[in-house]
Amino acid sequence: MTAVEAQPTVYHQEIDAENIKVAVKGVDVFYGDKQALFDVSLDIPDRGVTAFIGPSGCGKSTFLRCMNRMNDTIDGARVSGSLMIDGGEVNDPTIDPVVLRAGVGMVFQKPNPFPKSIYDNVAYGPRIHGLAATKDELDGIVEQSLRKAGLWAEVSDRLSDPGTGLSGGQQQRLVIARAIAVNPEVILMDEPCSALDPIATAKIEELIDELRENYCIIMVTHSMAQAARVSQMTAFFHLGHLVEYGPTEDIFTKPRERRTQDYITGRFG
Amino acid sequence: MTEPTVKNKTRLAVESRLGQRYRAELRFRSAGIAAIFISVAVLVFLIGSIAKDGVSAFSAYQLKLPVNLAEELVDPNGDGSEQSLRRGSYSRILQNSMREEFPEVSGRRNLRSLFQLYTALNSTRLMDQVLADPALVGTEYVFQLPIADDLDLYLKGMLVEDRTLPVSGTLNIEPGRRDLSLQSAESDFLELYQEIHQSLIAEATGLELRSQETRHQASLAESDEAERLTAQADGFDARAEALRAEANAPDGMLRLTSDMPSIIVETAESALKLTGLGSDGRSAQAEIVLGEAAQIQTPDWSVYVIDTPEARRRILDQQIIWTRALVERGLVEKGFNSLLFANADSREPELAGVKGALYGSILTMIITLALSMPIGVFTAVYLEEYAPKNKLTDLIEVNINNLAAVPSIVFGLLGLAVFINMFGMPRSAPLLGGLVLSLMTLPTIIIATRAALKAVPPSIRQAALGVGASQTQAVFHHVLPLAAPGILTGSIIGLARALGETAPLLMIGMVAFIADAPTLGLEGFTQPATVMPVQIFLWYDGAERAFEARTAAAILILLGLMISFNALAVYLRRKFERRW
Repeated sequence: MTAVEAQPTVYHQEIDAENIKVAVKGVDVFYGDKQALFDVSLDIPDRGVTAFIGPSGCGKSTFLRCMNRMNDTIDGARVSGSLMIDGGEVNDPTIDPVVLRAGVGMVFQKPNPFPKSIYDNVAYGPRIHGLAATKDELDGIVEQSLRKAGLWAEVSDRLSDPGTGLSGGQQQRLVIARAIAVNPEVILMDEPCSALDPIATAKIEELIDELRENYCIIMVTHSMAQAARVSQMTAFFHLGHLVEYGPTEDIFTKPRERRTQDYITGRFG
Repeated sequence: MTEPTVKNKTRLAVESRLGQRYRAELRFRSAGIAAIFISVAVLVFLIGSIAKDGVSAFSAYQLKLPVNLAEELVDPNGDGSEQSLRRGSYSRILQNSMREEFPEVSGRRNLRSLFQLYTALNSTRLMDQVLADPALVGTEYVFQLPIADDLDLYLKGMLVEDRTLPVSGTLNIEPGRRDLSLQSAESDFLELYQEIHQSLIAEATGLELRSQETRHQASLAESDEAERLTAQADGFDARAEALRAEANAPDGMLRLTSDMPSIIVETAESALKLTGLGSDGRSAQAEIVLGEAAQIQTPDWSVYVIDTPEARRRILDQQIIWTRALVERGLVEKGFNSLLFANADSREPELAGVKGALYGSILTMIITLALSMPIGVFTAVYLEEYAPKNKLTDLIEVNINNLAAVPSIVFGLLGLAVFINMFGMPRSAPLLGGLVLSLMTLPTIIIATRAALKAVPPSIRQAALGVGASQTQAVFHHVLPLAAPGILTGSIIGLARALGETAPLLMIGMVAFIADAPTLGLEGFTQPATVMPVQIFLWYDGAERAFEARTAAAILILLGLMISFNALAVYLRRKFERRW
């Protein structure tokens, strides 16, 4: 096994230096004594969807959580290595996670709207960051965010209803609206469709496809079909190692690594 | 063919145990229903019995006495100043009114009995009313005062056994040598005569039997012992003989004593107390208690019997007669016992109220709430949301959990040692009580708050952090509001426990007779006070019978407070409850 793990990552192609949004070099993550990620390095391009795939426990979610330092909230988690967003070091202790997270939105597996009104859910981020000076401005941000999340038509007449009263798919789009309300550069999505039915999933995927025009989206997914459908770049993780990284089409049609091929053909995972 | 058999085997195994499983379920369910039924029954019985005892204390018989606030009595200096009004002879005024009401009463002993119809402390109340409204001086004023506690109990039918007997004959009254002599046309007194006669004979027979027994024992005993027993038997015989003589008086007149039921003949304006009953059942002897002998009218008369002998009760026959007369004249009326809420504690049950204890409880609870709620909630928030998990925080956590299990009296000792002895704080004050009770309530609130915080799903925290909220913003904007119902419930239950606590207050001097209610203000926190459970404890100890009902009434009031506290907790929980 160690021999297999020691194999270097296979990169299909270099990313244009100007187009790199997130540059990762030699990231290790430890939970206490257990190492969860081993020496991960990759460059993620701006304006596109990058999918992380891999079997459960391979470290893809852990890696995603490195990007907005959500691992800080877990006791005993340590991250080492370099992770630059727009040339700024994320792991720099002088960087305030609050500032970082304002620029890196996150959508979780289970829709988690605040138990408040739809309006307050979206307005929360802009409010705490002071993005809107007036009520009108805030209304504008809320409307725009909901429009971008494709939810405006459904909820515009009931903005004061509780966000928790929406259906699962609507809640997830509300959460996306909440994330884009603070105008982030990067949006992290941790299996955003795994708790949704196929129709809601299709809507979210459609939304992701629209959002990639303006944002750098990084998503973790269990569904290889989803990765193939919505992402441009795919990274395959296995047992804490980044095995293969390249354009989605290449990964799915001509995987160079044996483990990648086995995984996408359904031999394990 | 193997597959069906396997299936059948499983099915058979399941079916064979099915009945047993359903029976187990049924047993469990019926045990649960039985448990609920028993606890509800116990609760209903408990509250029902307290309510039965206590409800009588919420009403009281009030004497509406017309008093003449003559200037020379109220205002001895004649200048209308407060100083002068304070020197007025208010008890004389009350006594004058009573004498006016019953002009036939004479003699020091009789007058003293008359003035015992109300407690002397009422003169202070009259003075307070005059001081509050000096315009009353020199006027006729109807002063409302509670009737003495024993008479109140009598009127409520809780003190004596009594009955009114029907009469049929016309009554003829003639002055006798010492007493009046009564003659009824029918044998209206026969029943009473027989009752009393029989009970005397029965008592005599009982004594004779005991005498025989004692003599038998004496015949078997040693000489010294035998002598003593014989003497005892002689005593029994002598008493039996006396009783028989009493029962069969030679002139056919049975003398009534204070060991026998009291018999009162009531006519329209007067009352006669029988002193003797004739063996013919028609004649009787009586002394006049109420009204003038010359004015007695006899067409309408009735016989009122108090079966509890005068010697075995705290009120005299004449006091009962006066009280009945006052009721008859419309001067005594039953009303809501407002003094129960308007007065603080008093030695006289009819004047004692819960106001002092209620105010004391309110002030104490304000201190407890103001201290334990913020400290407890913030401690819990820090421990749950910020504190690193290490040995030190583990130690703190274990200690907080242990504090919740410390007997409350220990907190009282702590309060005594620290707050009184070290800091020299005033004894018996709500401030001190509140401090001690908040020490006791703190662990409860901390534990409840931590549980409530733990119950908030981590996804809410992550959502807030994900949008870029700081840890503090996530806690105060999202976690704390979601935990609020649990925190409030825990805190209110902790406070309700503190409200019902007596033991720790024992140590810091809040178990005391305090006749003045503390003021509901800043200065009230340092005035001596007591609290509701302590008041209940003190009244329970009270010697007068009337405190019995008041104890139950105070329990009902405290229960009412507790129930409203818990209702508030439920209301707040419903109001702030949000689902996610």
